[in-house]
Amino acid sequence: MVLEAKTNFLRQFEVVDRAWPVPTLAPYRQQGRARFAALAFPTPRTEDWRFTNVAPLLETPFELPVDSASTVRLPLPPVADAGAVRLVFVNGAFDRERSEVDTSTGLVVESLATAGVERLAQLDQVADSSSQVFTALNTSLLCDGAVVRIPDGAAITPVIEVVWLSHASVRNVTTQPRLLVVAGAHSRATIVERFWGTTTEPATYFTNAVAEIAVGEHAVIDHYKVQQEAAAAYHVANTQVVVGRGANFTTHAVLLGGRLVRNEVRVRFAGEHAEATVNGLYVGAGKQHIDNHTVIDHAVPHCASHELYKGILTDQAHGVFNGKIFVRQDAQKTDAKQTNQTLLLSDDGATINTKPQLEIFADDVKCTHGATVGQLDADQLFYLQSRGLAAAQARRLLTFAFANDIVHRIHVPAVREELEALLVHRNLGS
Amino acid sequence: MEFPVGEKQTAMLTITNLHAGVGDKKILRGVNLQVNAGEVHAIMGPNGSGKSTLAGVLAGRETFEVTEGEVLYEGKNLLAMDPEERAAEGLFLAFQYPVEIPGVTNNYFLRAALNAIRKHRGEPEVDAAAFLKLVKEKMRILHMPEDLLKRSVNEGFSGGEKKRNEIFQMAVLDPKLCVLDETDSGLDIDALRVVADGVNALRSPHRAMIVITHYQRLLQYIVPDFVHVLSEGRIVLSGGKELALELEARGYDWVKEREPALSGARR
Repeated sequence: MVLEAKTNFLRQFEVVDRAWPVPTLAPYRQQGRARFAALAFPTPRTEDWRFTNVAPLLETPFELPVDSASTVRLPLPPVADAGAVRLVFVNGAFDRERSEVDTSTGLVVESLATAGVERLAQLDQVADSSSQVFTALNTSLLCDGAVVRIPDGAAITPVIEVVWLSHASVRNVTTQPRLLVVAGAHSRATIVERFWGTTTEPATYFTNAVAEIAVGEHAVIDHYKVQQEAAAAYHVANTQVVVGRGANFTTHAVLLGGRLVRNEVRVRFAGEHAEATVNGLYVGAGKQHIDNHTVIDHAVPHCASHELYKGILTDQAHGVFNGKIFVRQDAQKTDAKQTNQTLLLSDDGATINTKPQLEIFADDVKCTHGATVGQLDADQLFYLQSRGLAAAQARRLLTFAFANDIVHRIHVPAVREELEALLVHRNLGS
Repeated sequence: MEFPVGEKQTAMLTITNLHAGVGDKKILRGVNLQVNAGEVHAIMGPNGSGKSTLAGVLAGRETFEVTEGEVLYEGKNLLAMDPEERAAEGLFLAFQYPVEIPGVTNNYFLRAALNAIRKHRGEPEVDAAAFLKLVKEKMRILHMPEDLLKRSVNEGFSGGEKKRNEIFQMAVLDPKLCVLDETDSGLDIDALRVVADGVNALRSPHRAMIVITHYQRLLQYIVPDFVHVLSEGRIVLSGGKELALELEARGYDWVKEREPALSGARR
């Protein structure tokens, strides 16, 4: 079964080469394919995938959507910011017409397929395709994607928005979104990635996304990912980040859509006195499966990481949180804090597997972690009811407040307000 | 009970032989009490006498199980109502330990509460502007901090602020029957005065209050019409406001010593 899946993807390699003969990307593809060949897809016995069975994904034959960009006209989600720089991809292909690219600030924002070779520097170096099979697959099938290069010292005010739209109507399709962000020293920018899609039954799609973010020394980079894939879709993603000396990196992953979701965030500190905030919100209903996998690597001393993941699961939704924190032997004065809180709002099978994993090899460090799983607080519910709010309204309000703990941290007003409205109206298990 | 029929019809609240507890533990063992519009009743008693249980049962807290007795509120069976229905019908409990609700602003919470109650009464919802005008006025009376509305409900509030916030909510929601559960606990004398002023401003011929307290001190500021002593789950002594002073002077043991001579509670 797994072998078949590999064969199926190998067939797509030829499709990519034929349909997107991009000379600048060819060497990356070759390297990805060599690595992909050496790696196996995870099974339930693979430790890092214990709680997530990808068999349904591997059993579905996916094809690259060769003709989609020209034929599919998907509606765009709301713009994050009126003045936003915006790159739109439809089924993996750059939609130039609907993208807004302004390079007057010295900012490089462009499509991977058209970027010159010098602008691809660091591609496939931040993300690790040598040990992660899905990342290797993405690299093997590189056809388009977004390149964002922020010059040293530049403070980019408009939000940089990358929108990945997918649609499957007749065949099952797969896209390999790829984002490369290289933020120069002392630069500042905000990047919003949105995943959005539709399907026509029985077709489905598989998004296999990789984002690589290199945060230069003393840069301040804010990254948001809002995932609203179609209900039938598969979503596997790896956001891999390297944080330079004195830099401050923040990422928020808001995972709302998809049937089988695996979202990995890997942050490595490459220079001292840097700080990273890694937050997430996962909201699952029906039979959704949402797996959050984070790795924070304190490779150097004097860095701080803050991690807060919150989840709301109803019906038979299954959530996973696996948060690894490595503190290497030299990484003295590390300050790492990890929290995972999940609300289980159904009595018919909503599940969370939460697994904090701290591996500490230095002795002068401060590391804390905590995980809670529970229902809404009975005292809070009673307090709201005693003031006149109906039980269902009180539950909705408390559930919203739980989620809003993450949402209110989003600094892009349009994204924050959109999510607030969405969460208020989404039936959060009441 | 031997209330005259005419009086019973005008009573706002009639508690008859109320028994309640938690699990197997019996706490209330036959409480009788009648409260009419315009009256302020103080319920005093030592720790463990059942004061907070009585407040909880009236507000509909699920922790407590009523095993016997009846509570009529404006002639309706109060015990059959959900907590939110009781609130909508005009009952308000000022909590002894107000609950913190991170992530819900006072503004959102209070407007949602007010509109839920207005909807129940068949009144139109208040818009943001009218609501702001209303709360600003009440905030002034209770010396609430300016940023109150933007803050999460009770989160990071001092003990005194939480208690003031209860009375502030009471003022905004305009209930008919107010139950104040140990509102004085944890308050210094200045905070106590502010709270008492807020409560006194709400006294009206149409409103009744049940003031639950351990100490007589609060009753110097909120002067009751009647004082009842709760002991081991029953009202064992009732009297006028002077009873509070007598209790203060003689202590609760005095009541316990007297108790065998009493045949039950009435005012």
